[in-house]
Order: sequence, then structure tokens, then C-alpha cells
Amino acid sequence: MSASTAVKNTGPAAGATGRKARKPRRQGWWLPYALLAPAVIFELFVHVVPMVTGIWMSFLKLTKMFISNWGNAPFVGLKNYQVALDFDSAVGMGLLKSFGITIAFTLLVVGISWGLGMAAAVALQKTFKGRAIFRTLFLIPYALPMYAGVIAWKFMLQKDNGALNHLIFDNLGLPGDKPFWLIGDNAFISVVIVAIWRLWPFAFLMLMAGLQSIPTDVYEAASVDGAKPLRQWWNITLPMLRPVNISLVLVMFLWTFNDFNTPFVLFGGSQPPAGDLISFHIYNASFLTWNFGSGAAMSVLLLLFLMVVSGIYVLFMNRRKDNA
Amino acid sequence: MKIRSLAAVAAIAALALTGCSGSANDASDPSAGKTLTYWASNQGTSLDNDKEVLTPQLKKFEEETGIKVNLEVIGWNDLQTRIQTAVTSGQAPDVLNIGNTWAASLQSTGAFLPFDSAALDAIGGKDKFVKTAMDTGGVPGEDPTSVPLYGLAYGLYYNKAMFKDAGLTPPTTWEDMVAAAKKLTTGDKHGFALAAGSYTENSHFAFINAAQNGADFFDAEGKPTFTEDGIIDGISRYLDLMQTDKVVDPGNAQYDNATRAVNDFANGKVAMMLTQSNANSSISSQGMKDDEFGVVAFPSPKGGTEVATMVAGINMSIFKNTKNKDGALEFVKFMTSETTQAALDKPFAALPVLAGVTPSFTDDAELAKTFSDIYENKSRPLPLVPAEDQFESTVGKAMNQMFATIASGGTVTKEDIKAALTTAQQAVEAAS
Amino acid sequence: MHDTTGTKVFRVVTITLLSIFTIIPIYVMVISGLKPLKDVQGTFSWWPETLTIQPYIDMWKTVPLADYFVNSVIVSTVSTVLSLIIAIFAAYAVSRYTFRGRSLFSGAVLSTQMLPGVLFLLPLFLIFVNINTNFGIQLVGTRAGLIITYLTFSLPFSIWMLAGYFNGIPRELDEAAKVDGCGPMRALIKVILPAARPGLVAVAIYSFMTSWGEVLFASVMTTDANRTLAVGLQLYSTQTNVYWNQIMAASVVVSIPIVIGFLLLQKNFVAGLTAGAVK
Repeated sequence: MSASTAVKNTGPAAGATGRKARKPRRQGWWLPYALLAPAVIFELFVHVVPMVTGIWMSFLKLTKMFISNWGNAPFVGLKNYQVALDFDSAVGMGLLKSFGITIAFTLLVVGISWGLGMAAAVALQKTFKGRAIFRTLFLIPYALPMYAGVIAWKFMLQKDNGALNHLIFDNLGLPGDKPFWLIGDNAFISVVIVAIWRLWPFAFLMLMAGLQSIPTDVYEAASVDGAKPLRQWWNITLPMLRPVNISLVLVMFLWTFNDFNTPFVLFGGSQPPAGDLISFHIYNASFLTWNFGSGAAMSVLLLLFLMVVSGIYVLFMNRRKDNA
Repeated sequence: MKIRSLAAVAAIAALALTGCSGSANDASDPSAGKTLTYWASNQGTSLDNDKEVLTPQLKKFEEETGIKVNLEVIGWNDLQTRIQTAVTSGQAPDVLNIGNTWAASLQSTGAFLPFDSAALDAIGGKDKFVKTAMDTGGVPGEDPTSVPLYGLAYGLYYNKAMFKDAGLTPPTTWEDMVAAAKKLTTGDKHGFALAAGSYTENSHFAFINAAQNGADFFDAEGKPTFTEDGIIDGISRYLDLMQTDKVVDPGNAQYDNATRAVNDFANGKVAMMLTQSNANSSISSQGMKDDEFGVVAFPSPKGGTEVATMVAGINMSIFKNTKNKDGALEFVKFMTSETTQAALDKPFAALPVLAGVTPSFTDDAELAKTFSDIYENKSRPLPLVPAEDQFESTVGKAMNQMFATIASGGTVTKEDIKAALTTAQQAVEAAS
Repeated sequence: MHDTTGTKVFRVVTITLLSIFTIIPIYVMVISGLKPLKDVQGTFSWWPETLTIQPYIDMWKTVPLADYFVNSVIVSTVSTVLSLIIAIFAAYAVSRYTFRGRSLFSGAVLSTQMLPGVLFLLPLFLIFVNINTNFGIQLVGTRAGLIITYLTFSLPFSIWMLAGYFNGIPRELDEAAKVDGCGPMRALIKVILPAARPGLVAVAIYSFMTSWGEVLFASVMTTDANRTLAVGLQLYSTQTNVYWNQIMAASVVVSIPIVIGFLLLQKNFVAGLTAGAVK
């Protein structure tokens, strides 16, 4: 999310900094630090220190033989990383597969959620009777506690007693056998759909907020010029939403890539390989095999990957902005 | 100012919360000599039900010894993670229940009190327990770190009326069982229900079917031998119930929990199921009367070794860092005493783990006899090796996957089984 | 201005399809909570053969839902309030002051969003335990521990959103207040906060929802004493049965407060986003 900060720093805050500088540094220089102190303390305590501990763990042989006495856990250097990245071994292969699945999952979920969110935001852009009802309705999946929404899906996706198969085969009368949704290859489709169901309202919300800040006279001018709706969307809406989209896409990407809750609740203990998302994969690698060193190494690799991708994204977006 | 008063409220609330939190359990409490923390596993119909059953016993213990027991009942979803974090951090209860299949794995963490001869004497001696049950306490040749609390065993449950209508008698061999199941698979009814999507159940039956072929998942040194022929044949036989015999509804591949099979059985959708001896209460809670079903031992193929179940059940362990070792031992002694066991076996439908005690989990004498026979004579403990938990998760999950393949129309050959087990074995080796 | 036919068709189709997609799981949840156990274990039906409110009665007994409710309310409320206060201070500093380490702080705080939860789940637990051993403050198995964890989870996003919002408030306002003799804190409280109300509401909603639905850390950090609803719901699948109807009924009950709260305040939320994150 550093993208948004980077982007924003060129915004209003930049003006502020210039003016503030005239204050002599001595008087009250500590005030901003004092204001930040509580946030820094909590961040250090809950995020930073545990993260550093986690990184340290990744260099230890932290299996169940040593887990109750950390002091004795042998330092193994990069061994855990080697195992995780040895794609000829079962462990490395498993991680690689899970990584591939997660990339496909993330692209689909973020892409489709963005598309649905955009479609809904545009469809509800102009006032009409009942608009508020639909807006409210669309936000419910986002407001629902995660567990409640996903467990309802789990219930619906059962093969014989599930609502989905009932709808497709008993109500709509499609031919064929009822398929499984929670095991086998369809599990991937299921986890994608459920994740989209939970995420797209967020995209809708952000885009709707963004659309509200576009003045209507821009559209009026365009329609006088005879621009078709699709053209208007392409020429006006999309560029105006660019700042929203830059942060929205990155935030959705990070959330989706790290999504643990959806597969955890949807599949529980019997997770099918097709739904083996990386967070859950690492969780299992740590807790199911008691190999916390190896799990930590995988997490660090995941973190590095996300940092690199985010970094490139931010650079790329800033450069395009500069060129524009 | 609104915000200011909010802040004040929050600060007060935070103080109050931290202040009152001292009342929660803690092993490092200075008054530790007078209290014990006990984590019980979920054995009854709900966590609350467990509490209701256990509380009078804990009261009794307090009256006898003056030690107050702080009970927490933990669901199976959480139990393993909670134990792991307790082991890792040392923030642990004094006494806890474990699934006995985890005993050797947990022993290897070194976080649990070994029951040496002194400790065993303190709880009433090793010989008070049934030997099969006691064997699950840990790795052979070392002091066990757990002692049996509740015994459980798998049985082949069959629907009496359906068998009678089809002119069948309860099977005594695998072949009979399959033949009966085929005959009973008609229309929307199936001969068999399996928890084919539960990796724990699947790993148990991988073990049992392999044991019927005389094969073991680990050799004497504790090295995994997952790809032995006997294992592959055993797993293949079990998978074939769905694949070639077609007596199991493919839908069972997503039964991730033993209770799903029980539902089908109690509702008359299937004629047989394999489940543990504590299923009676859920069967009757779903409207099937006790005299409508019978139980026999899960049969082996002709000429195979007679193994009908692994030694299932719950063991009790004491955390090494307990501040109240004597009290903890006293409590284990109390929980494994004849009177307490007599009070708990029935509500939890447990088989006796004490030698010479008649089963009290059911009023049905025949049923009791069947299960006692299975438990004492036709059982094997799951591999008593530190990697047992990994055996369960890797082999069990591989079987989940194979059932899923079969259920969605694919085929699983013996080569596929071997390939899957090779991967599972690699994962186990990598972790050790 | 008239809409073209294409626009109309697009609007009707989009709204219809998305409504169906949104409603079905919610409908299934509500209706299944009104069925007897036997019905939810059998083939699905859109309308129950027997309508019963029994699951809504039984669910309080199967799982001590009321206790979990209290825990969730306390944990979510306190962590939201604290997180909001801390985020206000931090956002004020970031928005109105220039100081060494400012961009480092912003960058670092926001990059915590990249952290995989599994990486620091166990370390955080260990730190809590060590604090207990060394200072006697119990954090595992207490509400305080959960509050600290959750308030920090929502902090980065909150600071980011509020800083954006504060940036949108003209500086002339607080400058004027300072000319009137207000100190920086009074300027914050008297001028900025009232003007930032929608932003504050948006951040509060976000924090509250973060705490209310969290599962991973709660499953490790909670015991009987502080279990929250999100993990409590899992207990309806017990050793002997999976009470689907009660799960659904409980899900409805758990969702109602948060959904209503969210929907009532959604205008603020959107306004907060517009001014904050979106700009």
C-alpha cells in the first residue's frame, strides 16, 4: 500500500510540508513524535517484533523435537529456504503448486471483483427509484462477518444437499450429474466465487465513492459532444478514477493473495489440492507438520514476493504518472 | 468534548479489562497448589454437555482433595492448535486430554511429564489399565507421557431391518461384507457410508486395512515404509468400496466428518457404516432406536489378519512444567479411578480402559460384548512413532484426494496409490 | 439527459444479476436457520416444509453464544475506540507536521498490510506469553490481548485513511484556530475532528468489522474466557453432529448488529472514503 502514500505525497500534504518548515525546529519538535508514539509502540509490539521473530525462526530447525525449548533449536542457516525452493522435492513442489494456484486465484478474484464493482458503480451512478435499496443490498456481503458468509456458501456448495446443485439441476433442469464443488478441481472455482462474493462489494464501495467525486458537468459536456456511454466511460470515468484504482487494485491484490479465511472456513481440515491457497498451505506446513521453521521460511518468501510485486507496481504507476 | 470522554471511557475500560483478567486460569499462579487447570476434549453432544457431565466429578475431586479444577472443554477443531501453542510457549494447563493417536508425537516434544514408575504408582499402577490401552501411552520402551482415559473402537454398524429384508446375516469376512453391501445398494439406498473426506478417518482405515494385510507404515526403526505392497493393496481395497464395488455413494467423498455418515445411517439411507463406539448417542438423537441396529467387528478378507480397529480413544497427559505435579497426578488418579470411570463411561459412550471392568457405555449386553471383544482382541495401536501425526495428515489427505478423483468419475489405479504414497512418504521424511 | 437503450439494458442486467448473486447465500442462510435439523441434513428446498424458530432457541444452549457475544462486543468496541484515538494522533502528525522519519513511518505502517498472518501468529503468541511470565500481565486468553492485537490490525488502514481525510481539510482552518490562541491539540479537537466526522465514522466501521470477523488469531488466542463469536460459530459442528440449522441461525444473529450498523452508517463510510482514501 505504499503506492498510495507515494502517490499522495505529491498531493495536498506536499503543500503542507513547505509551510510547516518555517516553524523553528526547537520549539515543539517532539510533538509529532509524541503523537506517533502510541501507534509506533503498538505496531512494534504486534507487527514488527513478531515479524522479526518470525524471520529469525525461519533460520532454525524448529520441529516438534525443539519446539518446547527454543534455546536448543539448532541454527540451520538457509536450509529451510533450500527445502522450500527445491522443486524436485515433495515440499518444494507443493509450495510451487500452491503458489501457482494462488496467482491464478488472485488474478481472477481481483479482476472479476473490480469488473463487478465497476459495473455496479456505473449502473448505480445516476439516481433512479430504488437505487438506495440496491446500493444497500450490494454492500451486505462486505458487512457480513467473514465466517457467516463463507459458511453459508459451504452449506450451499454441498453436492447432494446443496442449494447450488439444487438450483442448477433440480430447478433449472440442466442435464447431467450433480458435480462436487468442494472437492476435486471444482474446488478452485468455488473458492474463487466465494472470494469474489466477499470482495466485489469493496470494489463497488470504493469506485462508487470515486464516481461521486466526478462532477456531472463533465459528462454533460461529453454527451453534448455526442459521446456514446461506452466512450464516456473510457474517456472520462476511467481516467478520473485512476487515483482510486491505483490504491484499490493494490489493496485488493494484497488482501486476496494473503487470504486465509476463505479457504480455511470453506474447506476446513480437508482442503483439496485445487484450493490449496498459499496462506493456508503455509499454515498447514507449520501446524500440521509442526515444522515452524520451514513454515516461517515459506512466509518470508511470500512476504518478499509481495514486497517485490508491490514495489514494481508503485514504481511503474509513479513513472506513468510522471510521463502523463 | 465527545472524543475526550470517549478516550476516558476507553482508558478505564482497558484498565478494567487488564485488571480483571487475572482471574483467568494460569499455571504460574502463586496459589497453584490449590488449583489445577484441565483441558478436556469434546466427548459429548456439545461443549456444554461435556461441562455438565464433568463438573460434578470435579466438585467431588475438590471435596476429596481441596484442589479446585478449572475446566475448559476444547472442540476438536481447536485442540491440536491449542496444544501446539501450549507446548511452544509453556503457557499450558496442568492436565489435558489428547487423542491417543497423538501420544507418541506429543511425547517427542518433551513437554509432557513422563509417567515413570513413581508417577505410575501415584496414579494407581500401570496394571490397573487394559494393556492395549496402556500401550498407546507413548513410544514403546520409553516412559509413556500419557495414560488412557476413555477407550473407543471402530465397529461395523448395520441396519437390522434392511439386513433382514434382504435375507442377510451380519458379515464375518470382507467378501461377505462387500456382497451384502452390493445387495443392499438399490435405488437411492447404498450399502455403505464412509467418511471419505475426513483425513483422520481415512488414515485410520488405511492403517486398519494395511494391518489386515500384515503391513505396517513404519519399520522397527521408525522409518516410513508407505509403499509396501500390503499397504497399497489395503488402501486399494478400501477405495474400491466406492470405485469398483460401487456400494458407497460418491457423495461421501465430501463427508469431512464422521457424523455425516452417521446421519445417513440413522436416516436409513445406508445399511452399514464404520464408526466409533461413541456414535450411539448421535444415532439415537437422530431418531434411530438402539434395537434397530447391530454391531459386528469390521471384517478382514479371508485369510487376512484379524484387525478390526486401531486402539482409539482419549489419553490424559500432564504438562511437565506444572507447578502442582502432585495435585496433577492425584487428579489423573481420580479421573482413572473405577468410580469416576463408571460415572463418565456412560455419558461419553466410552469403553473401559481399566482392566476387569465391564463396559457400562450401553445397556445392551451384546453390543457391549462385541465392542469389548473388538477393543481387547482385534485392535492394533496406530504407529507409535513421533511422525504419527504426519502419517495421519499426509496419508489421510492423499486418500481424500483419491476418493475425490473416484467420486468425480476418475479412476485410481494401484500405481496412482503408490505414487501418492511416495509423495506422502517424502513429506514425512522431509519433516523429520 | 436521456439514457440510451444500451445503457438501460446494461443497468437492468447488471443490477439483476448482481442482486441474485448477492441475495442467494443470504437467503439460504436465513431460511436454513428456520428449518428443523432433519430438513437441513436432507435435500435442499427453497421453502421449508416445517417452519420453526427452534434453532434460534437451541443455539444458545449448544454453544454459549451469549458469552461470546459479550466478548465480541467488548473486544470490538474497545479496540475500535482505542484504534481510532491512536490513528487520529498519528494521522494528525503525518498530515500536519513535517519531521524526520515521516515517510519512513507512512511506508512502514502501510507495508504491514503485506504481512502474511501465519508469519507472526506464533511469535506474537510467544511474546504475549513472555510478557505474562516476566511482568505478570495476562494477555493470552484475555480480552485485553485480543484488543491489543485487533486495534493494531486496523491501525495501518485507519491512519492512512484519516491522514488522507485530514489532508482534505483546509489548513487555514487550524491556522485560524492557532491564531485564536489554540494549541495544536485544541486545534485538532476543536477544528479538525468535527470537520472529519465522516472520515472518523468510516475508520471506526472498518476497525469494528476487522475485529468482529477475525478468525485466525482468535482461534489461537482465545479460551473459554474470551472466545469471540467468529470462532464460537465453529463449535456448532461437534463430536456428534453438525447443527447446520443452528449455525445458520447463529450466523444471522451474529450478522444482524454489524450489518445494520454498517448500513445505517454507510453514507458516512462512503463520504469518508471519498475524502480520504480516494483522493
